[in-house]
Amino acid sequence: MSRADVITLLYIVAFALFIVGLRMLRGPRTAVRGNQIAAVGMALAVIATLIDERIGDWGLIVLGLAIGTAVGIPSARSVRMTAMPQMVALFNGVGGGAVALISVVEYREALENGGGNPEAEVLIPILFAAVIGSISFWGSIIAFLKLQESLKGRFGIPRQVNAGLAALAVAIAILIAAGTESEGLFWLLLLVSGSLGVSAVLPIGGADMPVVISTLNAFTGLSAAAAGVALDNTALIVAGMLVGASGSILTKQMAEAMNRSIGNVFFSGLGAGGPAAPGLEGGTVRSTSPADVAIQLSYARLVVVVPGYGMAVAQAQRAVADLASELERRGVEVLYAIHPVAGRMPGHMNVLLAEADVPYDLLKEMDDINGEFARTDVALVIGANDVTNPAARTVPDSPIYGMPILDVDKASSVIVLKRSMSSGFAGIDNPLFYDPKTALLFGDAKASVSEVLAEVQDL
Amino acid sequence: MDLLTEIAILVLAAFVGFEVISKVPNTLHTPLMSGTNAIHGIVLLGGLLVIGPAEGLLEDILLVVAIAFGTINVVGGFLVTDRMLGMFKSKPDPEKAPPEP
Repeated sequence: MSRADVITLLYIVAFALFIVGLRMLRGPRTAVRGNQIAAVGMALAVIATLIDERIGDWGLIVLGLAIGTAVGIPSARSVRMTAMPQMVALFNGVGGGAVALISVVEYREALENGGGNPEAEVLIPILFAAVIGSISFWGSIIAFLKLQESLKGRFGIPRQVNAGLAALAVAIAILIAAGTESEGLFWLLLLVSGSLGVSAVLPIGGADMPVVISTLNAFTGLSAAAAGVALDNTALIVAGMLVGASGSILTKQMAEAMNRSIGNVFFSGLGAGGPAAPGLEGGTVRSTSPADVAIQLSYARLVVVVPGYGMAVAQAQRAVADLASELERRGVEVLYAIHPVAGRMPGHMNVLLAEADVPYDLLKEMDDINGEFARTDVALVIGANDVTNPAARTVPDSPIYGMPILDVDKASSVIVLKRSMSSGFAGIDNPLFYDPKTALLFGDAKASVSEVLAEVQDL
Repeated sequence: MDLLTEIAILVLAAFVGFEVISKVPNTLHTPLMSGTNAIHGIVLLGGLLVIGPAEGLLEDILLVVAIAFGTINVVGGFLVTDRMLGMFKSKPDPEKAPPEP
């Protein structure tokens, strides 16, 4: 078996590990292992590449690897959990940057080897890698700076600017592919593509950032695949394309989870990309799924259930009690926050929950529980509305201003089970639903709770 | 390798990528994004392969930076994903067996 065969075989093992690892990343229980498996695949791919006959300049290779490790490990270790999104953006950006830099060298080689007349077939993947890699690098840097809040404020960039930059990049790329030999033109291409990355990401607001990073992630994958075609390297083609495809699907799912379309995120025009003010018209709500609620609840330390009239109407108390005991079995602390006017009569909730055999000492009165919300991981609001409306504290004009409420909005995250977006008994809208940390699960309370329970049991 | 063969591999890999991420709970979107992010650090291999034949100071510098970037992408990406996923298993759970490593 030749050395090239050994490399190819190792690559194939690495592909299998990438695919298995990605699969396992889909479930909360297998995800940690999945990530490790993918990392082993990467290590194999690197080792396989290092035994390639073309490998030379060991000093420089070790230098590059050492710098990368010295920067990568401490930054990944020290970053605070809240700063994770910008860290991912940065790691994504350097990946795109690596592609762009490699494409420069590849272009120079192509000029040399082609005797000054490289074929379009060689040039096209190089150009593709250069454009996408550069967009991804600069776009990610902007995303990083915005998430880091180093770049503040609104940046309105007319759509025509992006369209113009994109057209210019394509025109330059065509010029080069058609045989114009100019390294200067190639650098200009990188510059124009990079500007496009900057101007496309700059106007996008905070809440949409995860979608942007996910898009750029898919872009970097695609650019790596293009570089793979240019370099005749299957590992780059397969791994890059895996990320390009899975990243695109993931982007779509993320946008859907936020009730946004990808086009909406990128082309919503001047400054409208940001999260709508917690204003009552035009605010966006985030809907969620039973599976997500199940995961959030199972991994919480303290869950506070906030029952309301909706629970009573749906006769969901039994299902709620079952869900709570299942969570308790998993080590989650579950308390119930009972607002004096929850439901349609005082004590309505206590009666219903007692009927479902919920231990009485878990039912907390408003004054006892309000101090607990600050340490609550998930507040699960089941068919309650007005009694959780923060407008009662903050909006002097509101008809319920001054009404004592459950401070649900102080919990780390809020899940609201609701039949529809209709307003509560008082007929006023609830800013809680538009809070970025709130997710809504639409449907009949009893059916929703049962679905969540089933998902928890499956975990 | 033949360009058409490469395109065939490209298309098949795309389908695998689409299939492998079919339905993911929202809670796992960020770790999954971060995990795939680490995988495209594979561009590191490109830098490794090109630096040998590369000539001149400019190309050497560009490629050392590219290798360093790729390494940051890989090493940082996998580590950050691992830390994120650690959040899912670190819950006080005295009754059950400790979560699998």
